[in-house]
Amino acid sequence: MTLNLILLFVLLLTVIWTVMTIRLVHAVVGLAVTSAILAAIMYRLGSPLAAVFELSVCSGLISVIFITTVSFTQRLSKERLLIRRRERLLRFLYLPLIIIVVGILLVKYLRIPQFNLPYFTGPEDPRSVLWNLRHLDLLGQAVILIAGVFGVVVFFKEDNK
Amino acid sequence: MSPNTLEMFRYFVIFIILIFISGVYCILMSFNLVRALIGLEILIKAVTLLIILVGYLCGQSALAQAIVLTLIVIEIVVMVVAGGVVLWAFRFNKTIDPRRLSNLRG
Repeated sequence: MTLNLILLFVLLLTVIWTVMTIRLVHAVVGLAVTSAILAAIMYRLGSPLAAVFELSVCSGLISVIFITTVSFTQRLSKERLLIRRRERLLRFLYLPLIIIVVGILLVKYLRIPQFNLPYFTGPEDPRSVLWNLRHLDLLGQAVILIAGVFGVVVFFKEDNK
Repeated sequence: MSPNTLEMFRYFVIFIILIFISGVYCILMSFNLVRALIGLEILIKAVTLLIILVGYLCGQSALAQAIVLTLIVIEIVVMVVAGGVVLWAFRFNKTIDPRRLSNLRG
């Protein structure tokens, strides 16, 4: 429990850093670290397969996609970067304050009433759940992947004109 | 539910709410499309954690993992296509500031 709390606290800190940092590349690295910590929490909550997916796909592949996108866009000039920094600082200054205030209020007043969780019985292996019980999910995944491939072909193709 | 489990659920829910607030703040206050995508990613992380937590508490980690795998696949596709949209917006407008993307305004 204590380790879970420490991991959750570090997760929240990395999320805040990701949102508040000025450079986009730093934000992408923050997102990758967030995914890695989330993967550790998932592993501790008894979901190793989802944790591995989170670590490899979200922490790795999505970071690559973001860095590719950022590298294609234009770098700001030094003057505009300074102006942008001041603007951002003013806009994002309230986030830690909001998080602290809402956090204190939630710790103080959020009370969850006693309730009984529904306890399902089913396969213990996520692979058998996915292949035997969630056929529609697999179909949806296939359709979405095909749509994604078409999206990539359309959006990333070079303009030959 | 035992008092210990209830307390654990409560702390997780508090952190999930705070992460969700950070994501919404990032989307609302950013004037950069890539940062808006990062905010969306943070929202998805909060939802992922909630699904895994509920699966753990209900004793159905397998079902939760299956749902999270689907979520991750959808997340990847959304991010790739959204990255492409951002690049197109940049190619045509030379900016990724949503305030200056006025081509579609009717």
